Amino acid sequence: MAEVREFPAVWLQGGSCSGCVVSLLNAVSPNIRQLLVDPVVPGRHVSLLFQPTVMAGSGEVALSVLPGEEAARGFILVVEGSIPTASPHYCMIGETGGQELSMLDKACELASRALAVVCVGTCSSFGGIPAAAPNPTGSKSLKTVLAERGISVPVVCIPGCPPHPDWFVHTVANVLLNGLPAADALDDVGRPLEFYGRTIHEQCPRRPDFDAGKLAKKQGDAGCLYHVGCKGPVTYADCPTRMWNSGVNWCVGANGPCIGCVEPSFPDLLSPLYEKICEERLPRLACTTRS
Amino acid sequence: MRRIVIDPVTRIEGHLRIEVLLDGHEVKEAKSAGTLFRGFEVILNGRSPVDAQQLTQRVCGVCPIAHATAATFALDAAFGISEKIPDNGRIIRNLILGSNILQSHVLHFYHLAALDYVDVAAAADYTGDNDDLLAVRDFIARGHLGPFLPRYEGDYRLPKELNLKATADYAEALRIRRTCHEMLAVFGGRMPSQCGIVPGGASNGPTTSKIASFLGRLDTVRRFIADKYLPDVFAVAGAYADHFAIGGGCKRYLTYGQFDQTPSSAPLTGRNRFLAPGTYADGRADKLDIAQITEAVTHSRYEGDGPLFPYHEDTVPSPEKKGAYSWLKSPRYNDAVYEVGPLASILVNYANGNPVVKPLVDSALSTAGLQADALSSVMGRHLARALHAKLTADAMVEWVGQLKPGEPHCAEWTIPPAGDGCGMVDAPRGAVAHWVKVREHKTANYQLVVPTTWNASPADDKDRPGPMEQALIGTKVKDPGNPFEVVRIVRSFDPCLACAVHLVTPKGEKLGDFRIA
Repeated sequence: MAEVREFPAVWLQGGSCSGCVVSLLNAVSPNIRQLLVDPVVPGRHVSLLFQPTVMAGSGEVALSVLPGEEAARGFILVVEGSIPTASPHYCMIGETGGQELSMLDKACELASRALAVVCVGTCSSFGGIPAAAPNPTGSKSLKTVLAERGISVPVVCIPGCPPHPDWFVHTVANVLLNGLPAADALDDVGRPLEFYGRTIHEQCPRRPDFDAGKLAKKQGDAGCLYHVGCKGPVTYADCPTRMWNSGVNWCVGANGPCIGCVEPSFPDLLSPLYEKICEERLPRLACTTRS
Repeated sequence: MRRIVIDPVTRIEGHLRIEVLLDGHEVKEAKSAGTLFRGFEVILNGRSPVDAQQLTQRVCGVCPIAHATAATFALDAAFGISEKIPDNGRIIRNLILGSNILQSHVLHFYHLAALDYVDVAAAADYTGDNDDLLAVRDFIARGHLGPFLPRYEGDYRLPKELNLKATADYAEALRIRRTCHEMLAVFGGRMPSQCGIVPGGASNGPTTSKIASFLGRLDTVRRFIADKYLPDVFAVAGAYADHFAIGGGCKRYLTYGQFDQTPSSAPLTGRNRFLAPGTYADGRADKLDIAQITEAVTHSRYEGDGPLFPYHEDTVPSPEKKGAYSWLKSPRYNDAVYEVGPLASILVNYANGNPVVKPLVDSALSTAGLQADALSSVMGRHLARALHAKLTADAMVEWVGQLKPGEPHCAEWTIPPAGDGCGMVDAPRGAVAHWVKVREHKTANYQLVVPTTWNASPADDKDRPGPMEQALIGTKVKDPGNPFEVVRIVRSFDPCLACAVHLVTPKGEKLGDFRIA
C-alpha cells in the first residue's frame, strides 16, 4: 500500500444546530465515506479525531483524543457554531477528570495550538443566528474571540446556514494539495473567493427576469424574487451555478428568495427575510472588497 | 454508590450530559442535562412572523422540517388561512416532512446508534468485493482510526458476517440519507434548512419533471428501507434480544400525529392525519387534549413549581434554586410522565387500529416473535422507528400521485395586525409544538415545546423523573467502565438537545428581568 500521510483534524461544536455537519454528510465528490476513510487526495488523508455527531466514543473516552500540548501545530481545528461569551456556561462541551470544559476556553486553547482553523458555517464565521439581536448569550464568531484573546492562527471561513458541502470539502482538498490559502485567495472576511467571489444576483438564472422587469409580487410567483425579499444582490456565493443536494435545486429554484445566509450581516441586517432589501442599509452591507 | 458521568454523549444532536449513580451494577439515580443555550424565542421576538419559518429551522439541523412545519401551521392559524391551504401545498409539505423523516431515521439507526452494536473492526481482514468494506479495510490497515476509535469496548455481539453487512450498510446509508435530502430539495430548494414550506402552502408547485425526480429517489430509499434497514434492525435485535427488556421507562406515550390529509383550521385533534394524534397508556389509546399539557419547573432552574400551560407561562430563571439540576423544564400530560417519538406514534395508531399501522406492526411482532409490550424498550424504539420509516415511505408514493401540476400550491395571505397561532406535529423524534403571538404585524411572543424536552426532562413537582431518567433507573450496567447499556438507552430516544434547551440561563448567572410571558 502506498504511503499515506495523515492530517489530524478536530471538529468542535459550540452554539450550533448540527446543520453544518449534516450538510457535510451530503458531500458528493469526494463523498463523506471517502472523506472519512479514504485519502481525499492521493497520499493524504484527513484523520478526524474528534467529531461529536459521528464519533464512536462518548464522555471521557471521546475527550481523551483531543490534542494536548505535544500536538502544537500538528492538527487542523474545525469549529461549528458560535462562541457564547456572556458566560462560558452557555455552552459546555464535556467533563473530564471532574473538570467541566467550556466551548469558549476549549476552542481558544485548541486554536492556539492548531496549524489552522476552519470556521464552518455562519455562526462560527460571523456569529450567525445565535448572535442576532438581542444576542442573549453574547455569541461571537471564533475569529472575534481569538482576536480578543490575542491568539494568532490562520483562519478560513466557510459560512452558510448551512454551508454547501463542496465549499468545505473542496477547501480541505485545496489545503491538502496546496497548503493554506494565500491571502489573495480569500475575501476581506476570510471566505475563499473561489466559492464566494460573485453575487448570487450576478449568476442567477432569473437575472434576465430582473433585467426585463418581470418581478414576483408575492410569495410563490415566478420571476425575479427581488421584491419578495431576495438578498441575492448583496450575497456572495455560487449557489446558482453549483446548486444544492447533488445539483437537484437551490433556494431560488424553489421560488425561495435568497436569505443571504453566507453573509456577516445575516440575519439582522437582511431581515425581514421576506421583504425587499432595505436600501438605506446598503452601505453597511457592502462589506467585501474584491479583485 | 459509583457515579458515572457521560459528557459529552456523542452521536446525538447537541450537547447532552448524563449522570447516573450505580448501586453495585444497578442504576439507582439518573440525571440528564442539556449544556447549550442559544435563546431562540428571545431572538424571534420583534421580527417579522414569517421569518420564524426560516429561523426556527436553525433550532435543529437534523430536524429543521418539523420546525418549519410547526411554525407554518402556527402562522397559517395566526394569519387565518389554515382552511385555505391548496391540496398541492398540503401534499408538498407532507412530502418535504416525509423526506426528512426518512433521512433522520436512517441517519439515527446507522450513523448515530449502530456503533453501539456493530463492530466495524470486523472489516480488518475483509477479502470480498464490496467497495465500502475494502475502503474500511484499507483505512484500518493504516492504523489511524478516528473517529471510530476509541470507544467503549466489550459488548459487541454480532457474528462477523452481520458486522460486515451492517458496516457495508452503514456506508450505503450515508448515500441513502443524502438521497432523502435530494428528494426534499426537489420541492424544498435545498436541505438542511429548506424554503419550500411557507405560510399558505408550498413556495412552488408540482411539475411532471419534479414528480419524476422525486419518485425515482423515493423508490431507491424505499428499497433500502425494505431490503436493508428493517432486516438490519431485526438482525441487531436478534443479537441483543435482552434489549427488548431494558429501557422501558414511563410507558405512557403521546403523539401529535403527522401528515394532514385535508386542510383544517383545527389546531390538532380535529385534523385528519395519516398518523393520528393521541395518547397511549396501560394498553389503551385515548384522544389528546392539549389543554392537559403543563410544564413543571420544580427541578429546573426557574422560580416556582408549575405546572403551567406552556403558552401562559412566566419563566423566571433561578440558577441557585435548591433541588434543581436541569435547564430543561418538565412537560407533563394529564399530570403524568409521557414519552414522545416514533414509538408513541406507532403504539397510539396500533391501538387505534390504523389500517396501515396495524398489519405492519403485527407482521413485525410476528417476525421478531414478540408481544406489543416488548416495544416499550431500547430495541422497541429502534424497531418502531424503522416501521415508521417504512409506512411513511410507502404512503409518500401515493401522495406524490395526488399532486396536480398547474393547480394552486399556495394561498394568499397578509400579515395581520394581530393573531395567535399554534402548530403541532411530530418531528422524527416526537411531538413538537410552536405558539406564536402576532401584535402590530410582528412576533410578540414565540414559544416552542419540543420532543427532547419531554423525553429528557428532569423530575417534576411530584418528584417523578423524566422518561429518559425512568428508562435508565433500574438498569443493570454489566461493566461500569464501559457503560454500553446507558448510552444505548439514551440514544434509543434519538435525543436532540439543540431543540430541547429553551429559556434557560447559564449556571450561576442571572439574566436580570429577562422574562418570557
